[in-house]
Amino acid sequence: MASKFLDHKKIERNVTILGVLAFLAVIVGGIVEIAPLFWIDSTVEKVEGVRPYTPLELAGRNIYIREGCYNCHSQQIRPFRDEVERYGHYSLAAESMYDHPFQWGSKRTGPDLARVGGRYSDEWHVQHLKDPRSVVPESIMPPYAFMAERDLDAGDMAKHLTAMRRVGVPYTDEDIQKAQQDLQQQALADGDAADLARRYPKAQARDFDGDPNRLTEMDALVAYLQMLGTTVDLRSAEAQEQPR
Amino acid sequence: MLQGAEQPRAPVSWIGCSSEGLMDNIITNAGAWLLLAILALFGAALAADAGFAVHMGIMAIAALAASFLTMAKGDFNALPGRFAGPSALRSRYYDDVIRWGVIATVFWGVVGFLVGVVIALQLPFPALNLNNEFTTFGRLRPLHTSAVIFAFGGNALLATSFYVVQRTCRARLFAPKLANFVFWGYQLFIVLAATGYILGITEGKEYAEPEWYVDLWLTIVWVCYLAVFVGTIVKRSEPHIYVANWFYLSFIITIAMLHIVNNLSMPVSLLGSKSYAAFAGVQDALTQWWYGHNAVGFFLTAGFLGMMYYFVPKQAERPVYSYRLSIIHFWSLIFLYIWAGPHHLHYTALPDWAQTLGMVFSVMLWMPSWGGMINGLMTLNGAWDKIRTDPIIRMMVFALAFYGMATFEGPMMSIKSVNSLSHYTEWTIGHVHSGALGWNGMITFSAIYYMAPRLWGRERLYSLRMVNWHFWLATLGIVLYASSMWVAGITQGLMWREYGEDGYLVYAFAEVVSAVKPYYVIRMVGGLFYLTGSLVMAWNIYKTIKGDLRQEAPMTDAAFDPEADRPVVRAPAAGTPQPAPAE
Repeated sequence: MASKFLDHKKIERNVTILGVLAFLAVIVGGIVEIAPLFWIDSTVEKVEGVRPYTPLELAGRNIYIREGCYNCHSQQIRPFRDEVERYGHYSLAAESMYDHPFQWGSKRTGPDLARVGGRYSDEWHVQHLKDPRSVVPESIMPPYAFMAERDLDAGDMAKHLTAMRRVGVPYTDEDIQKAQQDLQQQALADGDAADLARRYPKAQARDFDGDPNRLTEMDALVAYLQMLGTTVDLRSAEAQEQPR
Repeated sequence: MLQGAEQPRAPVSWIGCSSEGLMDNIITNAGAWLLLAILALFGAALAADAGFAVHMGIMAIAALAASFLTMAKGDFNALPGRFAGPSALRSRYYDDVIRWGVIATVFWGVVGFLVGVVIALQLPFPALNLNNEFTTFGRLRPLHTSAVIFAFGGNALLATSFYVVQRTCRARLFAPKLANFVFWGYQLFIVLAATGYILGITEGKEYAEPEWYVDLWLTIVWVCYLAVFVGTIVKRSEPHIYVANWFYLSFIITIAMLHIVNNLSMPVSLLGSKSYAAFAGVQDALTQWWYGHNAVGFFLTAGFLGMMYYFVPKQAERPVYSYRLSIIHFWSLIFLYIWAGPHHLHYTALPDWAQTLGMVFSVMLWMPSWGGMINGLMTLNGAWDKIRTDPIIRMMVFALAFYGMATFEGPMMSIKSVNSLSHYTEWTIGHVHSGALGWNGMITFSAIYYMAPRLWGRERLYSLRMVNWHFWLATLGIVLYASSMWVAGITQGLMWREYGEDGYLVYAFAEVVSAVKPYYVIRMVGGLFYLTGSLVMAWNIYKTIKGDLRQEAPMTDAAFDPEADRPVVRAPAAGTPQPAPAE
């Protein structure tokens, strides 16, 4: 491939030139596709209601990640008639703007969970997680009975919130200060929900796992599942939708 | 270590040990390992969570082992024992690390396929999750994907790249001790990643699951890998860098870039395993699939094309079909692949422009992919009869055929309207496996069959007939796997979107789960065939290493001259015979 302008012989005789050119060839795509997502405003259009996770929800989300739920469940509803009918309004970019990492998934061995919040009772979730086939005979999901038995040991939630704030989640100083307290309050049957709801609108505070005396991993996971897809006011988002 | 008569003449590399600095080096190295072990022990003692403590314990044990080995011998070379061959001599290639790499590849291959069969069984028979947190599908699936991609594939890439770069450069490996560190450091990465998944330590991003400290460790190992590889190219005796090395080089560079960017994260505590990804939502999704698709593009394609460009011409004893095509193929493949990531995010909240861009580039990618396949297949020009007589060639041709099929299927599935049906279904899983089992698996097996007798100085493999058995078991397995997953995937896609005359969805989600269970069983049987084939290979390689020859009717194999398989020690005279396949 010898020509006046491009003599490949030169490239393939010099490992530095070869390496640098190969590196240049592979960075272009990423720069053009990914970098603009960080500065084009329309990438994540603002919608009402998106808020950071409460400490309990975040602890539940960490259990969701730990157990690899994303291997079988997506959290991303596509704008098709059947999906919207089956799972609810299609997913908006803003709804995962505080998801570090995102959990959109790539496979639906089980159903999408982006809007599973509020669709089933707490009792159903607990029973389903303990023994999936007792409520859905066809299910092939693994059982997670151990979560109901195990006290939630999420570590110091203030540290978790601080780490999240460092990567851009707008937790306030008050949120971080009260993180450990919030974690307990949200899962107690007689918790003071007013203060929590002031800082985390629509936060649901109650005993989730049916055992009001203990704060278990089941409490955290069910709290997370029950809030999925519930915070955004989808009617206000409609105004931005452009029919094609 | 340097051996007898060779020692005075041989030039000494900076990382190797000259005889006078030998003791100093041993003490420094052993001390450094000991320090790392102590640090890891502190990490274990002060850990914020149990998983981190376990991992630091593993780290400490590994560092202690390295320290003791350094003190005992000053070198890992003595470790292989019977495996150590003439490569300790500077007039020969440094092959010890490659011998270990071949063993590791076979071992991790069997482990990865076995875990694959287990999780394939868990789907139709969920009781096999064993009602235990450590053995659920959710934790074992990353174990399977990482074991086959990074442990089996990664070791195959390490071993073959070290093999190929020495022979095509006619130079002994640069910094053999560093190469040993790369190999053993990589095994530690695998063990940390694998135990992490079982313990529930994960970043929650597919194929990038290891947590922040494991990522940092891999980064160190990877930079050393680049140093060994580039160092060997720099000291080459051949004027040209052979095409296989272009692919290996771009694979090493690109994986470093992808790994670092996608794994940027904020640890909760420096003594804990948990971290939060630097990016969120849309940005995190595209960064992840930019990484994820190019793990396919560079780890599983560019690197394996490097294998193809060396081992296919060598086994066929023919030059590569077209030098010009290899240039076009190389540059267009590495340039286009990077853009294809967004096709994993069609119809999601990712902006439309990015989705469309991803689709267009994915379709364009079909061309360089087939350029590579054509270059490989046409290399057999004049030797097509060997498909009939040489089982290793047959495996290579099959690998290339599946590479061609998978790289046609991929662009097709990246078209948005096709993707609307195929996404989230088993079709994707089938597609991945026709590439992984057909292309990556088969080209790796054939490279191992090529290298094993040469690395251990055997006349031939223990049995070429068993290669044939392996070929047919694997082929049958792939056919069962791919076809059952096509049917299952299209069934899912169609049932999910089926509307009745009354205007309602016809099927509940659970009914679709029931419908695909029979295909899960067929897929598992396919996997079992593939696993059985790999066990046949493991036995064959074991017997080859032992030095046995099976009494059997002979089959065709490529010729090998051990005397020619050595580096050029002094400056090469004009007209030195070319070890690399002519271009």
